[in-house]
Amino acid sequence: MSTFPPDLRYSHDHEWVRAEGAAWRVGITQFAVDQLGDVTLVELPKEGDLVTKGQRFGTVESVKSVSDLYAPISGKVVAINGALKDSPELVNDAPYGEGWMIDIEPTEQGELNELLGADDYAKHVAAQ
Amino acid sequence: MERKKTPLWAVHKQLGARLIDFGGWDMPVQYTAGTIKEHKTVRESIGLFDVSHMGEVIIRGKDARAQIDRLTTNNVVGAPPGKAVYTLLCHPDGGVIDDCIFYKRSDEEFFVIVNASNTAKDIEWFRANIHDPCDVVDVSDETALIAVQGPKAVGIVDTLAGGTLGNLPPFAFTDATVAGVRCMAARTGYTGEDGFELACPSADAERLWTALLDAAKPVGGLPIGLGARDTLRLEAKLPLYGNDLDDTHTPLEAGLGWAVKLDGRDFIGADALRAQKQAGLTRKLAGFRIAGDQRAIARHGYPVVDRTRGAGELAIIGTVTSGGPGITVGGAIGLAYVPSELAAPGTQLTIDCRGKDIPATVVSGKFYKRS
Repeated sequence: MSTFPPDLRYSHDHEWVRAEGAAWRVGITQFAVDQLGDVTLVELPKEGDLVTKGQRFGTVESVKSVSDLYAPISGKVVAINGALKDSPELVNDAPYGEGWMIDIEPTEQGELNELLGADDYAKHVAAQ
Repeated sequence: MERKKTPLWAVHKQLGARLIDFGGWDMPVQYTAGTIKEHKTVRESIGLFDVSHMGEVIIRGKDARAQIDRLTTNNVVGAPPGKAVYTLLCHPDGGVIDDCIFYKRSDEEFFVIVNASNTAKDIEWFRANIHDPCDVVDVSDETALIAVQGPKAVGIVDTLAGGTLGNLPPFAFTDATVAGVRCMAARTGYTGEDGFELACPSADAERLWTALLDAAKPVGGLPIGLGARDTLRLEAKLPLYGNDLDDTHTPLEAGLGWAVKLDGRDFIGADALRAQKQAGLTRKLAGFRIAGDQRAIARHGYPVVDRTRGAGELAIIGTVTSGGPGITVGGAIGLAYVPSELAAPGTQLTIDCRGKDIPATVVSGKFYKRS
């Protein structure tokens, strides 16, 4: 079974979330990256856009496929990772680091508690 | 249903390949290097592909020439022995059953390599159309196929074959011994690069693969998955059955007229193709490049639209059949069936990429040509 960083929270849709100041940083997991292969394009919302938990907030396109990105929590987008525009491969190289996607200022704090811990996410992945 | 495995399946596992379902086969889509690196490796050095999932058939018998000539759009039977010929197999209405390569051993024996996804269908069709004194022998299960492609491929294979293969011309084949394994070596491929395709008994596949990979590694060679096979063939504008070719499009529409020899021949589909040629084509397969500032990829099935014609379905004038990143040539590229008047180089197209209209330009010829 794969392991995932213990300090992150995870969605069933393979996004991770980590506290970044007052906001929560969002990216996709190593499992998602492995499924996608080489990423060629990441489409993200604009700063100030509102996103809703479980709703599409962008797309990630790889050599072989295109997949929707789903917001793990609701809130306002307060930062986007502009580096992905010219270097989408950062998602492959460092999915939990430089390959992050957006920072969300949450509107529903309770939603954070609904996310999975690393062990539960690993079990979710193993069941796929 | 359990996926079928090639004789090299365990080797792929060991190499860390990511395996996917490809037409019922458990095949490597990429190894640890990833599609982009694998693609570049084939363009710059040498790559190994396991294509053992493809079907192999022998058609042989006294009457083979006359019978095969009824089935192939290209003049397969007129080739000299030792020559490989690309051809289409067509329905009576000109739609494509499959594209494949016939290897002529003699007037009485032809070896055929067909697409994996079409193997069962093709063999059934061959058996329905080939009769005594000829027979059709399916050797797919006992035959492994390894493609060795890239600028370093010929030198490395030639060395492993004791210098017997370097002078083999393009689209020629011969029986050879490579790294001690008896095989049929053909100077063919599906990447736009020089190289060989080696057919050997399944039992010897691992020995041949390992020897090739050991020889390729010192020059940066890698095993290559189906992901890069697709991006390589697209840059070389080589069609893929199921994407660019199918039952509903003819070889003429697909731009494969060079492989359709109509003069004085009578093969299945010839009348329809002759009539289509005379009437002129209403649609053509066009190569396109997505406008420079866009990184979006127009993929298989995305509609080509002309919004001046109306809303929704009314706007659809064509369909993308293949699309991907131009890993060597840059940008995003693809193929689409469009009305003939829009197939000229320089024509501006609009492609509906998941609800977003993306501009593209028709380009002529192959996206990538090796220097």
